[in-house]
Amino acid sequence: MQVTLIQVEDVSKRFPLPQSVLNRLSGKPAPAVHAVNGISLTIHRGETLGIVGESGCGKSTLARCLVRLHECDGGRILFEGADIAKLKGTTRRAFNRRVQMIFQDPYSSLNPRMKVRRILGEALSVHQMRPTKDIPARILELLDLVGLSPDAADRYPHEFSGGQRQRVGIARALAVEPEVLVADELVSALDVSVQAQVVNLLLDLQDRLNLTVVFVAHDLRLVRHISHRVAVMYLGKIVEIAPTAALFSAPRHPYTRALLDAAPEIDPTKRSRTVAMHGELPSPINLPKGCLFSTRCPHAFDRCFTELPQLDDRGPLHQSACHLVDFGAKSDHTNSNIMEEGP
Amino acid sequence: MNVSDLVLEVRNLTTTFGGGRLTAVNDVSFSVMAGEVLGLVGESGSGKSVTLRSIMQLLPASSAISGQVFWQGDDLMEMSNSELRVVRGGQISMIFQEPTTALNPVLSVATQIEENLKVHTRLDRAGRAARARDLMDLVGIPDAKLRLKEYPHQFSGGMRQRVMIAIALASDPALLLADEPTTALDVTIQDQILNLILDLRDELSMSVVLVTHDLGVVAATCDRVAVMYAGRIVETGTVQQVFAEPNHAYTRGLLGSVPHAGTERTMLLSIEGKPPGLSEIPLGCAFNPRCEFSTARCGVDRPELEDIGPGRQVACFNRDAVAASGSPIG
Repeated sequence: MQVTLIQVEDVSKRFPLPQSVLNRLSGKPAPAVHAVNGISLTIHRGETLGIVGESGCGKSTLARCLVRLHECDGGRILFEGADIAKLKGTTRRAFNRRVQMIFQDPYSSLNPRMKVRRILGEALSVHQMRPTKDIPARILELLDLVGLSPDAADRYPHEFSGGQRQRVGIARALAVEPEVLVADELVSALDVSVQAQVVNLLLDLQDRLNLTVVFVAHDLRLVRHISHRVAVMYLGKIVEIAPTAALFSAPRHPYTRALLDAAPEIDPTKRSRTVAMHGELPSPINLPKGCLFSTRCPHAFDRCFTELPQLDDRGPLHQSACHLVDFGAKSDHTNSNIMEEGP
Repeated sequence: MNVSDLVLEVRNLTTTFGGGRLTAVNDVSFSVMAGEVLGLVGESGSGKSVTLRSIMQLLPASSAISGQVFWQGDDLMEMSNSELRVVRGGQISMIFQEPTTALNPVLSVATQIEENLKVHTRLDRAGRAARARDLMDLVGIPDAKLRLKEYPHQFSGGMRQRVMIAIALASDPALLLADEPTTALDVTIQDQILNLILDLRDELSMSVVLVTHDLGVVAATCDRVAVMYAGRIVETGTVQQVFAEPNHAYTRGLLGSVPHAGTERTMLLSIEGKPPGLSEIPLGCAFNPRCEFSTARCGVDRPELEDIGPGRQVACFNRDAVAASGSPIG
């Protein structure tokens, strides 16, 4: 039984750029970075939703919109049916508590002048999670939960290694007993062996605390490992969203296909000497007309350059935004040449 | 493999910093064959980048390098500066992780490519300009004539890396040292650059030493691999051998730390603890405090890198136990 916890409806976010007086007088549209361009998705209670894409695809902006660190320019985000942009006072504080974010860079997201005890204590007292006398015991509990020793409480963030510091960040987020964790590139800054430890910790905590996790990352292997469902983003739009197994075994969007082909698999027998995708990400200031991926897509035809494809159903919980509705379909996976000619 | 295939041979390379207090590279020996891609893999602080820079002698004066690096029969360590300059950037080229800092921001790309051509070739001005255009074509930068006049900040990350490769290739090197060339790039751009390096290897018949922390990159590009930990090589072999049958617990742990298909949402085989800092490298085998196979001897004696087959070496007392436990990637 899947219960919708967060509903994202047609959310967009722009970051305006400076405009010259001359341009303004001549009535040209104000330039802006179009970071998120109309995203709709649902997040179910207890699941892990992976959001994956290359740098500049808007995945971090979307994550920040989810916790209301950015206000959306268009659309709305519903948390248990309530529009988060309209929350005020105690309801907003309650939302802040229930939806927590963990940041990529533990070096800059923890206050360097506070000991861990104060970092965690602050979170506990601000949200009145525990009576003052119970706070020290709770801090030790939290440290134990994330696999740190009790003496960590009296150390400063700089005294920890990267992996341990990320654990402190997780402990701080968990201090307020949230229901949703939004993890933005949680392990990207860590060494491979330490990455695995933090990934294991996250999987374990999710089971024990029944958390809903939004896992934003650029590493496909990590996202595949952690997520129940995966959304692939390109230039601020979702191009494909599906259960992990379906997305990785039979992608239905050419961008997903290229992304999977480009990602180096840790299996020396699966080598390929063909380049998966040519070209580079177009500028998010002047978005391409039609399908955003049309400038790099090997399968693009006339319609792709004029009309933006919408997310359509391709299977159970599987949606893709591509005019080639049969792309990657089972009957056709050996012969993509037919589709190149289009309808 | 016959001896004439040998391009570069590194023997007992040791690099220390701070008057010998910190040992970044410890008694490292390996060889590079003609036309092969050798992967040097390890985590941060394992000494893989310092190894490359020691070969090129591109380290600050506070460092001390000992050992031998044989290049076409001559020891680079014994060469005078002027002799070394012919090899460095000429016969052996290097590309770096961060093209933004490796390129000069105030010189046009044309100037930076020609700089290298001026030093390492006898081409005249027209010849250099033509060669610069050819190089831009070779590394896949469109509109070469126009883009040569541009400055590094006008290029994207992937294109900047191509510019750096063009500069490195200007002198027709026989060996390319690549220090994490794709770490700062997106996965589709990484795929383009790695394929470019492999294509160039085939076309120009050079050898490549590729330093990386990503075992996926090793699996996709390298012929042989040397795994480094705390300044030492702990295991070498062909990529197929090492991935299918790791003989060192660290290699095995590293392989298990990377998520792979078919194990979704299961616990990864992680390695406890973190890589040691240079000032606190453990006695005996440097990996023993994190090793699940360690025995009493591991904390006392240091295992030497021993041959266990043709081109296959490992430094572990308990390698039979490690090998018997199988590869985590099946």
